[in-house]
Amino acid sequence: MVDKKTVEYVANLARIDIREDQKSRFTDELSRILEYIDKLKELNVESICPTRGAFTEENVLRPDRQKKKEYYTDILNNAPASEDNHFRVPKVI
Amino acid sequence: MAKDLLKLSGLEIAECIKNTEVSKDEVLSFFRKRIDSIDPRIKSFVEVYSEPVKTLGGSNLAGVPIALKDNICIKGKRISCASRILSSHISVYDATVVKRLKEAGLLIAGTTNMDEFAFGSSTESSCYGPTRNPWDLERVPGGSSGGSAAAVAMRLVPFALGSDTGGSIRQPASFCGVVGFKPTYGRVSRYGLVAFGSSLDQIGPITTNFIDCAYLLNVICGFDEHDSTSSRKDTPDFTQFLRKDIKGLRVGIPKEYFSAGLDREVESALKEAVNIFKKQGAKIVDVSLPHTEYAVATYYIIAPSEASSNLERFDGIRYGMRKDASALIELYKKTRGAGFGDEAKRRILIGTYSLSSGYYQAYYMRAAKVRTLIKKDFEDVFRSVDVILTPTSPAAAFKIGEKTKDPLSMYLSDIYTIPVNLAGICAVSFPCGFTRNNLPIGAQLIGKAFDEGTLINAGFSFQQETDYHNKIPVINM
Repeated sequence: MVDKKTVEYVANLARIDIREDQKSRFTDELSRILEYIDKLKELNVESICPTRGAFTEENVLRPDRQKKKEYYTDILNNAPASEDNHFRVPKVI
Repeated sequence: MAKDLLKLSGLEIAECIKNTEVSKDEVLSFFRKRIDSIDPRIKSFVEVYSEPVKTLGGSNLAGVPIALKDNICIKGKRISCASRILSSHISVYDATVVKRLKEAGLLIAGTTNMDEFAFGSSTESSCYGPTRNPWDLERVPGGSSGGSAAAVAMRLVPFALGSDTGGSIRQPASFCGVVGFKPTYGRVSRYGLVAFGSSLDQIGPITTNFIDCAYLLNVICGFDEHDSTSSRKDTPDFTQFLRKDIKGLRVGIPKEYFSAGLDREVESALKEAVNIFKKQGAKIVDVSLPHTEYAVATYYIIAPSEASSNLERFDGIRYGMRKDASALIELYKKTRGAGFGDEAKRRILIGTYSLSSGYYQAYYMRAAKVRTLIKKDFEDVFRSVDVILTPTSPAAAFKIGEKTKDPLSMYLSDIYTIPVNLAGICAVSFPCGFTRNNLPIGAQLIGKAFDEGTLINAGFSFQQETDYHNKIPVINM
């Protein structure tokens, strides 16, 4: 069902490094889980509407207002690296 | 004094404080001593605060200590979700439930252990190591809110909060012999709860009895503008349902929950529970929820899909740990590879796979459609009954390590709790017996959307006739 290549492809999409020795284990486990999930194919769901949330209450909107930056410092303090009130990341360009 | 506090409910302790029979400090030091002497054996707490979090008001529960699962934000305190990736993160704001607890004068005593990001049914995937079941230290307390359930069972705190995405309040409550309530989706604000499956998550109370449960629900339920899925429905006073009167209550017994795979001892305890409800005047009705067998498969598409999306934010830029690299994408990959545990990785991979191009229709969309069928099963049954009675889990607590090698067997232990989250309705697990090995057995009552009151009424009536909820585990020190 799922081969090592698929696990590598999905891990790349999810931006997760997976150790070489874990790849075959994840391949086996994911295959078994997806095989179980294939049970859903027994049902004919063509005419069924999907449920994405528990209850469809109306869309919730609020006015777009400017707010005080009250958490600014606290948020930056939680970052692994920051400089001049910004998050610091490796060079992108 | 000490002996009395152990046998009192949270509400009774608050009354004692009010009547100055005991001071807040005496209550705190009583539970603190219990935590210090007993918790090293069960490891239910992640952090115990030297001073409880400051309160802002009062209520019927004022002055009583409470513990919170380590995925709920308390301003200025560490939050980890039992994951290495968040490590030393300090919450920058209070979750709405925390704000409400403070306003009600409850004292937050500390945070409790859990499966990493609430991914699990045993509390074994915590980066701090497993919590032990106080009824048998070789066994799991259930999960993912295993720390909260074990702490309450052992009376290290009178009550605690957990979160429930597929059974994470009810299954540990069942394994530990306490009351665990999952409110209707939208009843309790999710603001400040670290998101797992946003269309499924709900915070709820873990208590020793239905009285404390009703009082705590009064504190935490209600509309919140910070959660766009928060319901505007009026919140009733849940304590008005604490009456011993269930004459004529229609209790549905779904045959799918009593079929192959159900442990014999659990089955006979449930039959006894049915008799107790019958004796009190309830009407027992056989019902069917035909799509039950598809619930776990549906859930393991929907929940990991939502989780993989929610956990994208843990990228080594804004939170917790970072593994440095020269390029940004490498930094993401290294950080997430080192920061997430195996179960988190597994779920992110399943979720990413089911949402990926070419598989979305076959997996996510199909699961979302089956979810409609599962929801409709409940709507149909609730036309003819008021509540549904089932086991909470197919068996009592399993051994530590028993299911970690086989993720699918772990997933299937939530077979009776998952359908409730998919349907968004409310349910509660409460103790209804013990196995021959003295392990608690839990029964689950499922209610209509926003009908928590009927569950409280039925559960309270049950506890007037039974004594299981008053049993406290004994640990040989």
